[in-house]
Amino acid sequence: MSVLRMDSVYGGYGGADILCGVSLEIGPGEIIAVIGPNGAGKSTAMKAVFGLAKVRQGSIHFMDKNITGLAADRVVQQGISYVPQVDNVFPSLSVEENLDMGAFLRKDDFSAQKRKIYELFPPLAERRTQSAGTLSGGQRQMVAMGRALMLDPKLLLLDEPTAGLSPRYMDQIFAIVRDINSLGISIMMVEQNARQALGLAHRGYVLATGANRFSDTGANLLANEEVARMFLGG
Amino acid sequence: MELTGLIAYVIFFLSLAGVYALLALGLNVQWGYTGMLNIGIAAFFAVGAYTSAILTSPPTAVPGGFGLPIPVGLISAMLVAGVLALFIGLITLNLRTDYLAIASIGIAEIVRLFLKNEEWLTNGVRGMSGIPKPFSGLVPGADALLFLGVVVALVLLVYWANQRAYGSPWGRVLRAIREKEVAASAMGKYTLLFRLQAFVYGSCIMGLAGAVYAHFVGFISPEAFDPLFATFLVWVMLIAGGSGNNRGAILGAVAIWTVWSLTEFLTTRIATEHFSLSQLAAMRVFMIGLLLQVILLLRPQGILPEVPPKPIRDADK
Amino acid sequence: MVTEVLQLIIYGVIYGSIVALGAVGVSLTFGVLRFANFAHGDLMTFGAYMVLAAYVGFALPMWLSVIVALAMTASLAVLIDQTLFRRFRRANPMILLISSFGVGLMVRSLVQIIWGGSTQVYDPGIQFPYQFWGLRIRPDHLIILGGTLVLVVVLHLFLQKTRMGKAMRAMADNPDLARISGINTDRVIIWTWIMGASLAAAAGYFLALDSRLQPDMGWFILLPVFAAAILGGIGKPYGAIAGGFIIGITEELSTLILSPAYKPAVAFALMVAILIFRPTGIFKGAR
Ligand SMILES: Nc1ncnc2c1ncn2[C@@H]1O[C@H](COP(=O)(O)OP(=O)(O)OP(=O)(O)O)[C@@H](O)[C@H]1O
Ligand SMILES: [Mg+2]
Repeated sequence: MSVLRMDSVYGGYGGADILCGVSLEIGPGEIIAVIGPNGAGKSTAMKAVFGLAKVRQGSIHFMDKNITGLAADRVVQQGISYVPQVDNVFPSLSVEENLDMGAFLRKDDFSAQKRKIYELFPPLAERRTQSAGTLSGGQRQMVAMGRALMLDPKLLLLDEPTAGLSPRYMDQIFAIVRDINSLGISIMMVEQNARQALGLAHRGYVLATGANRFSDTGANLLANEEVARMFLGG
Repeated sequence: MELTGLIAYVIFFLSLAGVYALLALGLNVQWGYTGMLNIGIAAFFAVGAYTSAILTSPPTAVPGGFGLPIPVGLISAMLVAGVLALFIGLITLNLRTDYLAIASIGIAEIVRLFLKNEEWLTNGVRGMSGIPKPFSGLVPGADALLFLGVVVALVLLVYWANQRAYGSPWGRVLRAIREKEVAASAMGKYTLLFRLQAFVYGSCIMGLAGAVYAHFVGFISPEAFDPLFATFLVWVMLIAGGSGNNRGAILGAVAIWTVWSLTEFLTTRIATEHFSLSQLAAMRVFMIGLLLQVILLLRPQGILPEVPPKPIRDADK
Repeated sequence: MVTEVLQLIIYGVIYGSIVALGAVGVSLTFGVLRFANFAHGDLMTFGAYMVLAAYVGFALPMWLSVIVALAMTASLAVLIDQTLFRRFRRANPMILLISSFGVGLMVRSLVQIIWGGSTQVYDPGIQFPYQFWGLRIRPDHLIILGGTLVLVVVLHLFLQKTRMGKAMRAMADNPDLARISGINTDRVIIWTWIMGASLAAAAGYFLALDSRLQPDMGWFILLPVFAAAILGGIGKPYGAIAGGFIIGITEELSTLILSPAYKPAVAFALMVAILIFRPTGIFKGAR
């Protein structure tokens, strides 16, 4: 059984199709890296899962349940959390309130979950009452990931979590991704830092102009000469 | 006798519908073409009316005019309304269009206060009377008909100008701005300039409508320019007729002016004895308000929807 | 002179309270729904007349009448949202604004149909003002000041301490992120109307206490209310409160040099100045 399966998805934002046959699959406990040039449709593929981009043809299944076209708040309820590429925190809310918003759907006591997240992201623990808008880029990314983890999802979608971060933070974020994964959470990650991402991922997909170009294990993709020449900058 | 009364009423009715058609045509450039929200039509309408009235009234009138020819009054009305629009446009047009809407009710409120309080110029709440009418006495007994001719001619003139503008590259840019096809960063300052031009042009037409109105009724007071008559009805007209469509604007003006007149008929029929005049007036407003909501829900494009001209492929040459 | 200025400041704070409560509602709905609600002034009017209906019509005690009016106004706002505004949300947001302008007129004329166009008061008779240090203040004014204080505290607790209040702030920050976080945005919208309209009803009641009831009372205060919301940075409820007091005090103090007839023009001038020099409002913040 796969956690998430996209079957030849076509669609976009109402105009011409941005996605022209994207298929990918994420198994239990896997980290999947999705790489590809700018404008390839990587973000759009993620948005399609959350009903933020329209799926015109094809299907998306989560745990063998068809979730194609489901509204965003319903998708979250299924157990998928999503960290968008940009604008992924509530800037005027405090760190703690950002986490609370992530747990909006939970009616039970989630303070234990919040403690777990502060352990995962120690810098956040010191800044609980600071508003998220005043944090550094790396800390913001942590808030965004923390928010997404509050529901204890089965699958986490991360759109370029290391974009614009200093190398020190980048390594930290990659390490945290590995930690999250070791908790049993499957991860789909879009990355510009393709080498590092493929090194970390179990498997990878290369998207170009809205369609699959390559898919293989991370190690094989790194070793693939064509992939290296076209997408990894030589 | 009956018949002459009816004809007189029809002429009166059409003349006022013509004034509203001018207002709707002005608004069409602002909202229909460009997507700018002017909720202060009353301001430009009133300023036009008072400008022409003051300039053309004889010096002997109260509070005293300049006795200039009527065409001077009409042109000045457009100019003054345009300057007012330039002022408000410069402040708000580079912001979200909500701000324009808010600022426009502000300017309408200030114009209203000014007209009410500056008695030396406007005679305050008592209003100005004895505003001259064009061609009066030229052909005995045909004053009203001649005036209607002037109104129709002006409506046609503005319609022609609006149509020309719509098909021109200028109109195409306005539409692109409305549809947010132009990346704000790419056009930047030019976007602002185009919007400003459209806003000022539309407001000039509203000023012209005001002047025509003043000469038509011969008496104006601040009450005539309350936001219901001078702003809301015009909006309902344009939306009912079809935003972006000049023929729609004219049709909407006539249609809604008819409906509005019918509501008067309707409300006087239902139990006048149970309701005061102000209650009956409120019922009419309520009906028009409801009509607007129904149109927005069921036919937001209006009776005559916008027909965009065919795109010119080499427009960017 | 000093007492005169102090007296004007007192009046300014009283009037400012009313404007502030109105502006908070405008700011909340703008923040969450992204449109300037032109019917907000008329919701204030509706609230004021609902107090009249309960207090004079049903002879309820005043405190209960006010609660009834708040509930009725909130219900009206939710009803309008669910029957009309909800359907326009997907379309051009500017259609919402035009619709709200029409809705405002409808509410205003409804009030006029039911209660007529003449001015009314809750309690006939003259109130004798309290005097201290040469300053005057009417008992009604104390109700306005105390009521505003209570409402601002309640609003603050709601926004900071409750789940729904935080979700409201979150949605004002970033509606898409709110949705993908699993926040039920439809419920947030309903609560926004409940809060905004309740505050509007209270403001309308206070406005009627300060002067009189009249069907277009809310329309005429809409300009200062918007000015206050813009001054405080539209979409920021706390800014709107400050904006309300600034507008109120400035309008009253302006009567020292200007004809009182032009008080609304002062609100407009302040708003224009802010739009020119600091469109995001006097307090720092995004957008
Ligand atoms: N909201 C939108 N509406 C319309 N088109 C969009 C929208 N978002 C993105 N696009 C278009 O879809 C295409 C793919 O965009 P997408 O964001 O999916 O690319 P990406 O692979 O994530 O690129 P990047 O590496 O720059 O993030 C682009 O051509 C973009 O212009
Ligand atoms: Mg992307």
